[in-house]
Amino acid sequence: MTDLLRTPLFDLHQELGARMVEFAGYEMPVQYKPGVLKEHLACREGAGLFDVSHMGQVVIRHPEGPEAAAAALERLVPQNVIDLKPGRQRYGLFLNNAGGILDDLMIARREDDLFLVVNAACKEQDVALLKSGLPDCEVEVIDRALIALQGPRAEAVLSGIVPAAAEMAFMDVLSAGSEFGELWISRSGYTGEDGYEISVAPDQAVSLVRKLLSADGVEPVGLGARDSLRLEAGLCLYGHDLSTETTPVEADLLWAIQKTRRSGGTREGGFPGAETVLAQIAEGATRKRVGLKPEGRAPMREGVELFDGDQKVGEITSGGFGPTVGHPIAMGYVDIDYAAIGTTLTGEVRGKRLPVQVVDLPFRPATYKR
Amino acid sequence: MKFTEEHEWLRPEDGEENVVVVGITDHAQEQLGELVFVELPEEGQTVAKEDEVAVIESVKAASEILAPVDGEIVEVNSALVENPALVNEDPLGGGWFFKMRLEDMSVLDELMDEAAYKKFI
Repeated sequence: MTDLLRTPLFDLHQELGARMVEFAGYEMPVQYKPGVLKEHLACREGAGLFDVSHMGQVVIRHPEGPEAAAAALERLVPQNVIDLKPGRQRYGLFLNNAGGILDDLMIARREDDLFLVVNAACKEQDVALLKSGLPDCEVEVIDRALIALQGPRAEAVLSGIVPAAAEMAFMDVLSAGSEFGELWISRSGYTGEDGYEISVAPDQAVSLVRKLLSADGVEPVGLGARDSLRLEAGLCLYGHDLSTETTPVEADLLWAIQKTRRSGGTREGGFPGAETVLAQIAEGATRKRVGLKPEGRAPMREGVELFDGDQKVGEITSGGFGPTVGHPIAMGYVDIDYAAIGTTLTGEVRGKRLPVQVVDLPFRPATYKR
Repeated sequence: MKFTEEHEWLRPEDGEENVVVVGITDHAQEQLGELVFVELPEEGQTVAKEDEVAVIESVKAASEILAPVDGEIVEVNSALVENPALVNEDPLGGGWFFKMRLEDMSVLDELMDEAAYKKFI
């Protein structure tokens, strides 16, 4: 693994006994000594600490100010960025001209600029897209570590370092001075838990993480449990549940496209893929992302084909075992006629067709602090 | 007790001629993580060495258990179906997978002993 990139926390991961794997060009911890199941439960019961420094962090500035940067970014995403208030964040999507999803991201409106967090595997493509699409803006890739602290203990632990963190609501963002330098904090995450993502200068990352891990109930969590946590929370993983082959409507992410950008809205369209996406909003898509619950104990994983009788009607894009719910869980795409909650299909596992039911997402309700 | 490169162990069953008990090693269960699903072979099934005879799944991934030698499956540990984590808790004891009847116990001589397995991992 000589050519792989390392985050500022690499040595600490090794010290903590992590098993490292390649992920998006980085050498990342897939699990620590307790293993995926226990790490998953530790996050739900106390707090999990995740190194997500491999993700891309980008600041966008416009010479005329953040309002102009927001207006510019609306050319590239189907979100309402202009009305995003300072100190707030929202989920966003980059689309291609056919309405396919190039990446999903977080867009934070700060006092003076926009701060974006994008997927590790897509960051080069996203930065190129931002630079070419926003010639009027400065697009700066930020070299900082990114730490997620997720779970019921997160608020108590982080507010010991930054008291104002306790006052934040879900999707609030804040820049605050601390003994670890300036921290860029958002109250959000990828687990369905209340919690934070914290951007910190690379040379302060290890001391911040050591401080967080010294608190009661905080355990390091690897990519393995990050995946089972987000799946229980019904959250999409780019490259699996979302891709250039899926549109926001098919992915059931219509909630992420605000009314201002839809047909009849004050700033209708004007983003890549608008024609396809607005048509699908009006007419419906032919398939849809749904939650799936295998009725037996056998997990149904990515690639499992779904059938109604002999007819193939869909495919699983993410699947495994949900440690909190205690049974196999999955999500995937099915033809729209089979997308109703309660529909029973079969999934082919090792040559056997086993029953699986279309169910509501998430598998476990989120505990965000609204 | 004998070991395979597939991280299985075989132990001659006390008082039953030509029968071995088969499970996976402590090293294997540690690498896999906590198991959440086990599918066992059918009793009475005749299997050849390296046939896929059982499936195990952790939170992360599925793996196959291969028949370590030729033989007949004479008993399976059905307790694993209800409680796959038994494999993690007691891999060399209560977490056994199945018992096989062999034609000839001398095939065990070709497998690794504990010292050789420890060197192997």
